[in-house]
Amino acid sequence: MAVFESQELRKPPISQVGIVHWLRANLFSSKVNVGLTLAALYMLYVTIPPMLNWMIFDANFNFGEFSFLGFEFGEVMATNVTCGRSAACWPFIYEKFDMFVYGFYPRDLVWRVDIVFAMAALLFVIARLVRNYQHKSRFFLAMIIGFPIASFFLIAGGVFGLEEVETHQWGGLMLTLIIASVGIIISFPIGVMLALGRQSDLKVINFFSTIYIEFIRAVPLITILFMASFVLPLFFTGGVDFDKLLRALVAITLFQAAYFAEVVRGGLQAIPTGQYEAADAIGLNYVQKNALIILPQALKISIPNLVGSSISLFKDTTLVLIIGLMDMLAMVNMTANDIHWMGRETEGFVFVTMTMWVFLYSMSRYSKKLEVRFSTDHKN
Amino acid sequence: MKQLVKFSVASVLALSAFAVQAGTLQDVQANGSVKCGVSKGLAGFSAADSSGTWTGIDVDVCRAVAAATLGDATAVTFVPLTAKERFTALQSGEIDMLSRNTTWTITRDASLGLNFAGVNYYDGQGFMVKASLGIDTAYDLGGAAVCIQAGTTTELNLADWAKSNGIEYTSVVSDTNAQTTANYDAGRCDVLTTDASGLYSQRTATNDPSEHVVLPEIISKEPLGPVVRQGDDQWFNIVRWSLNAMITAEEIGVTSATVDVVSNNPERERLMGRSGNTHEYVGLSSDWTYNIIAQVGNYAESFERNIGLSTPIGIARGVNALWTNGGILYSAPFR
Amino acid sequence: MKKDNTIISFLNNNETRAIAFQVITLLIIAFVFYSGIDNLIANIEAREIHTGFAFLSNRAGFDINESMIAYTPEHSNLRVFYVGLINTLVVAVVGIVFATIIGLIIGIARLSNNWLISKLAGGYIELFRNIPILIQILFWYNIALITLPSPRGSFNFFDSVFINKRGIYVPEPVSEPGFAWVLIAFVLGIILTVFMRRHFKKKHDETGIHTRTIGYTIGLVLGLPLVVFLLLGSPMHLDYPSLKGFNFQGGKTFSPEFLALTFSLSVYTATYIAEAIRSGIEAVDKGQKEAAAALGLTQAQSLKLVVLPQALRVAIPPTINQYLNLTKNSSLATAIGYPELMAAFGGTVLNQVGQAVEILGMTMAVYLVISLCISLLLNIVNKKMSIKGR
Repeated sequence: MAVFESQELRKPPISQVGIVHWLRANLFSSKVNVGLTLAALYMLYVTIPPMLNWMIFDANFNFGEFSFLGFEFGEVMATNVTCGRSAACWPFIYEKFDMFVYGFYPRDLVWRVDIVFAMAALLFVIARLVRNYQHKSRFFLAMIIGFPIASFFLIAGGVFGLEEVETHQWGGLMLTLIIASVGIIISFPIGVMLALGRQSDLKVINFFSTIYIEFIRAVPLITILFMASFVLPLFFTGGVDFDKLLRALVAITLFQAAYFAEVVRGGLQAIPTGQYEAADAIGLNYVQKNALIILPQALKISIPNLVGSSISLFKDTTLVLIIGLMDMLAMVNMTANDIHWMGRETEGFVFVTMTMWVFLYSMSRYSKKLEVRFSTDHKN
Repeated sequence: MKQLVKFSVASVLALSAFAVQAGTLQDVQANGSVKCGVSKGLAGFSAADSSGTWTGIDVDVCRAVAAATLGDATAVTFVPLTAKERFTALQSGEIDMLSRNTTWTITRDASLGLNFAGVNYYDGQGFMVKASLGIDTAYDLGGAAVCIQAGTTTELNLADWAKSNGIEYTSVVSDTNAQTTANYDAGRCDVLTTDASGLYSQRTATNDPSEHVVLPEIISKEPLGPVVRQGDDQWFNIVRWSLNAMITAEEIGVTSATVDVVSNNPERERLMGRSGNTHEYVGLSSDWTYNIIAQVGNYAESFERNIGLSTPIGIARGVNALWTNGGILYSAPFR
Repeated sequence: MKKDNTIISFLNNNETRAIAFQVITLLIIAFVFYSGIDNLIANIEAREIHTGFAFLSNRAGFDINESMIAYTPEHSNLRVFYVGLINTLVVAVVGIVFATIIGLIIGIARLSNNWLISKLAGGYIELFRNIPILIQILFWYNIALITLPSPRGSFNFFDSVFINKRGIYVPEPVSEPGFAWVLIAFVLGIILTVFMRRHFKKKHDETGIHTRTIGYTIGLVLGLPLVVFLLLGSPMHLDYPSLKGFNFQGGKTFSPEFLALTFSLSVYTATYIAEAIRSGIEAVDKGQKEAAAALGLTQAQSLKLVVLPQALRVAIPPTINQYLNLTKNSSLATAIGYPELMAAFGGTVLNQVGQAVEILGMTMAVYLVISLCISLLLNIVNKKMSIKGR
């Protein structure tokens, strides 16, 4: 009589599980794929190791002596001479860190800038916490109005007993962030008005809005920056001190407004006609109709694109270098012209590129997230 | 804050005609600082150190004027400018004076509504080549690629010089000083041409300074000096004589360390404001020159501190020595 | 009582309000323009800046190292404008071609079933998209200068193509009399190809017989000019670059500035084109591919006749928008000194002449015209596409 004997389960063939299977399925599934994989690996082999050598393995990290728990670490901080030129000299960035972040902002006052940075981070956290809070829109409104004003007073000073710091002393990453945020905040309402103007039935308003938007979008930002920097002062009478930063901000705001206007217009066009008709039917006037019915919906649809457009603006802020503002990119040249640290452009360049990349990458991730969130909101 | 108010006022009123014309000195004293246009980073002439403090011989002229007018050499607002925007900034009143290695030419002096207040560095355009090329004169440069900075007189000088000597070249133009050097160092061109002072300072920024030679030919005169707006003679005098005070101090032998030493040299006592009344003529307090020398130093101190042989830049005094030492540096007398 | 009512209703009338509002706007705009221009003229006079376009005929006095047309410092400022304009167009066209090729490759690679290739394409997009274009231009320029060899140690390909720090040197075709006939034959070939294709398409529509046209196409477009070329006894020779003194002489040179600029513009814009193409392909309904397979179309036919036409409809409009962006971004050449419009005319000439209003106005007008042309193209494409959309 046959006795049932439990047999050990047969293992799946090695080709169907584990790392081997994964490699086969994803990297070596066909002759073409084998070739592509090998080519890609070779390309990585050629590019990555020299880069890592320059940045890490051969690089100099002598930031100076420091003690921790009573132990002494490190040696004397490297200088331009002891660093050599074959690999990165990171002590240079360490030494010039404040230049890259604050520019010429007086070093005994940078705590004011730090407070603004801290406030921004805090608000970001709070904004995430109150996402489901009933009155969140009030909170956001207060934040959007309150934070820039508070930051402005803190950074510029001149009131409440704070020492004034002139805009010529602003620089580095701080300036980049200021230009981007001021550009975004101020151009937004202008953009909304232009979008409404372009959708308006009033011929004159429609005409000028359209001309403005199309003209600005047709020319490169740099021509507008040049205009602002060379021609704008001529439009005003002499004796008016027209600050350089202000000129750049005017140019960037006017530029960005046209792009925001197009994004918002996209949102406006997506609103069903029924909404307009319903608003008219219950007797709302133009302002009420737009403020209460149309814009809240249109802006909500536009949020992902508004963030996308803001990212572009953030990238474009680097152009202020060309009209002579001392943003983070301009600091590369400035710091490498210190007679004690001459010729260190590459290090500064790499540092600035990485910083900008981190900012832009996190912003673009955030916008992707928003896109998902808002697109689910609108699917039935 | 002030900017915001100014802009609001400007936006409302500026479109209708109004103009405020006060003397620059009064403006400076009201503001409490001298707004001085400088380079966006030129080692030894104007560049910021790690703490954001500006140093350089161009910067020292600004500091001297601040010391003279406000009694405080640190009361300067530095406005970094590109070569392109420097004159517009001065004309439009964005800055009170320009000290940005700017060459004094008749066109600039006579047609731009500006005045050059003196010369703080005598320069000339020269050439630097790699030693390995084995070239020892600029006349052998036919067919070479030349690195130049855009928007400077160098570009025009080179074209003129090459034309008059029948030399053909290709130009490689960059927007900034740093990029020009980087181009040259990387071998994008054979020759770097700029003011000779620039060549020496750029040489230190190359991978191996000993591999480069500066050719003996100087193809242009480049007197560099501070510039002011035309039409304010008092301010013009202050800037001119602040610079002259530094030069005269070197001539007499007063340094920042010896300002308080009272001597029986009448010229020295006049310069230090301890006798005579020259300060009344320029409209400043009697200790204006004392402040310059005590806080900034005399010309030699400024030179040695920023670009002299003891610095990485290492420029010898050469033509910038005093006229008594074989150079051409010469100040009109304090009398 | 009644009278009051009419006034109030008159004031409340929407049309009256609309007119009043527009008139006020118009007045404000007119006032701003009037006083702005009034101030502008006063300021220009006060600063003794010249006005008008007389400067265009003045001697330029500076050298430009890269020009498609003959240029020396003796030429006029107007000539500089043309040199810059042509260089801008060259950069734009070359950049667009390469951006499209790279974008297409990366976009398809992103959807590849090879994990490594797909991830690399994704990494490429995330890396280059999130670095400002100005930084990329400066970066590639400096990298090219550091890594390429000096003229004496050039990379040498068959003694005709040389690559070094000064650029890429290629043999330049120099046409001799009679070469025009070859060009005419080429154009004729293209026209004949169009007719030939129409003919076979008609045949296909009527009889269902499919003819492969690729052989005919090659024959007409390439073969015909070649025959004419040989018949006329090769009316063209190549001018080879050779090392003389410091540099290579002869041939055609592409400077590192040009290469860095077009390279970074292509690499950057390609990330956007890749995304457009990817979303285009992803937007094609799965059912479409299945239906094509059910009809018995091969993989290639399905891709060519079903997937791509629909994918392109989604991908082309944003791609054309990127072409416009690329053209506008080419103005950043001013940072590395490639003499395109903004650098040569809007930069150097502005600096020498100082007439900002005229010079920047002309520069902006050029970009305006280019952008109008591209918008026009976009409208035509949209129209064509939307008919197919149904």
